[in-house]
Amino acid sequence: MLRDAIVSALRFAATSVPREVEGALHEARDREEGTAREELSAILENLEVARRQGAPLCQDTGVPAFHVRAGASSPHLPVLREAILGAVAEATRSVPLRPNAVHPLTGVNSGTNLGWGVPIVRWEVVDGDEVLITLSLKGGGSENQSALRMLSPGAGLAGVKRAVVEHVISAGGAPCPPTVIGVGIGGGAAVALTLAEQALLRRLGERNVDPALAALEEELLSLVNETGVGPMGLGGRTTALDVRVEAAFRHPASLPVGILLQCWAVRRAWVRLRAGGSIEVS
Amino acid sequence: MREIVLPVPEEEVRALRVGERFVLTGRLFTARDAGHARIVRDLDRGHALPFAPVPDTVYHCGPLVERSGDGWRVLSAGPTSSVRLEPFAPRLVRDLGLRILIGKGGMGEGTREALRERGAIYAHATGGAGALAARGIERVESVFWLEEFGMPEAVWILRVCRFGPLLVAIDSHGGSLYEEAARSTDTTRQAILSRIEEER
Repeated sequence: MLRDAIVSALRFAATSVPREVEGALHEARDREEGTAREELSAILENLEVARRQGAPLCQDTGVPAFHVRAGASSPHLPVLREAILGAVAEATRSVPLRPNAVHPLTGVNSGTNLGWGVPIVRWEVVDGDEVLITLSLKGGGSENQSALRMLSPGAGLAGVKRAVVEHVISAGGAPCPPTVIGVGIGGGAAVALTLAEQALLRRLGERNVDPALAALEEELLSLVNETGVGPMGLGGRTTALDVRVEAAFRHPASLPVGILLQCWAVRRAWVRLRAGGSIEVS
Repeated sequence: MREIVLPVPEEEVRALRVGERFVLTGRLFTARDAGHARIVRDLDRGHALPFAPVPDTVYHCGPLVERSGDGWRVLSAGPTSSVRLEPFAPRLVRDLGLRILIGKGGMGEGTREALRERGAIYAHATGGAGALAARGIERVESVFWLEEFGMPEAVWILRVCRFGPLLVAIDSHGGSLYEEAARSTDTTRQAILSRIEEER
């Protein structure tokens, strides 16, 4: 039953984008003209076709990633892992998802989306007896445009802004803009990238609770949209739909910045599993 | 919108300029990293490609395909990032006589030169718009190297009908939308960065 719920969440994620993302794409289309407008129109028409046909909106259904917030006293913890792996194999057949798991050295495709380390499952233990699974399908094109910058602390906040702007410009059309940008600051190399990943899990427009970080998000969004990279890198006002920042304290000698770009095809779903066994997919 | 029927003569391709939109009808093949590497290896060894006659149009795409009876059905088939294929593409243009390359994100100098020399173009398809693209794919004619490479990397021979809309992004006269875009972002980049520095 949990497995079936995860399969339907995978189907939902592969064939649609969250409502607020579609809304943001509409707004972007309305303020663009020329090529930028045509690209956004094609994106919106594609969402319509995918919805009507129940087909994956992008052929690259990514490497399924699951972020599990597991309540420490949930009675379902022992079965979660099996349910996730089983659901991925089943969804690969039935949605279908494109088999995207290949051997790291030989490139041989497992055909099932299962393999060493995939699907990606990240665990976070929290208080309570509920489990909330956030699942995400992110294509290889935007994943390839990930960056880690180990800045000198002397570069300061200006250095962080500079790193983000320069990265977005150098990525150009490759990550399928308009993107959602996740920025992680501090912590260390791996932590900065993990923070950027967590930032991407937030809902569109949901600002960081810290006022200084929220202000940085707003500023970065406007800077990035001034670059003119535009939809698909062909020029325009809309390079990103949103920027989210997460931060951790850092070593005084280090200023790590992790930058992840999520393509416009933000594919997400949420599965909530209550202690009593009831399941909610959204 | 202008419709181009494959195979397309050189004069017709030479007449296309960056910024024009068109749709495609006819026979084309998909190839990504593994397909390109294998094609070049076969060319080096003087082996005939298994999918002769080779269509004059390549689509940089790893489609999502499902079995349908004893054939196949394409569910979603948007473009992949073409830049990964830059090491191979000029060779394919010259040795296979390709007229149209379709992908996203643009290609390098080597490909632009080959396109100019041979009278071919690079066309942009909207990234991520896989369901929309699949609507223009009539049927799968055949598939090669499926066992070896798996679904995304295999070479799929497709019949398309009014496939697109596509955008001429690099034409056969050296014009490139990416170069135009890079020039313009270079200017804004300087302006943004100096403002960031001033606020320091």
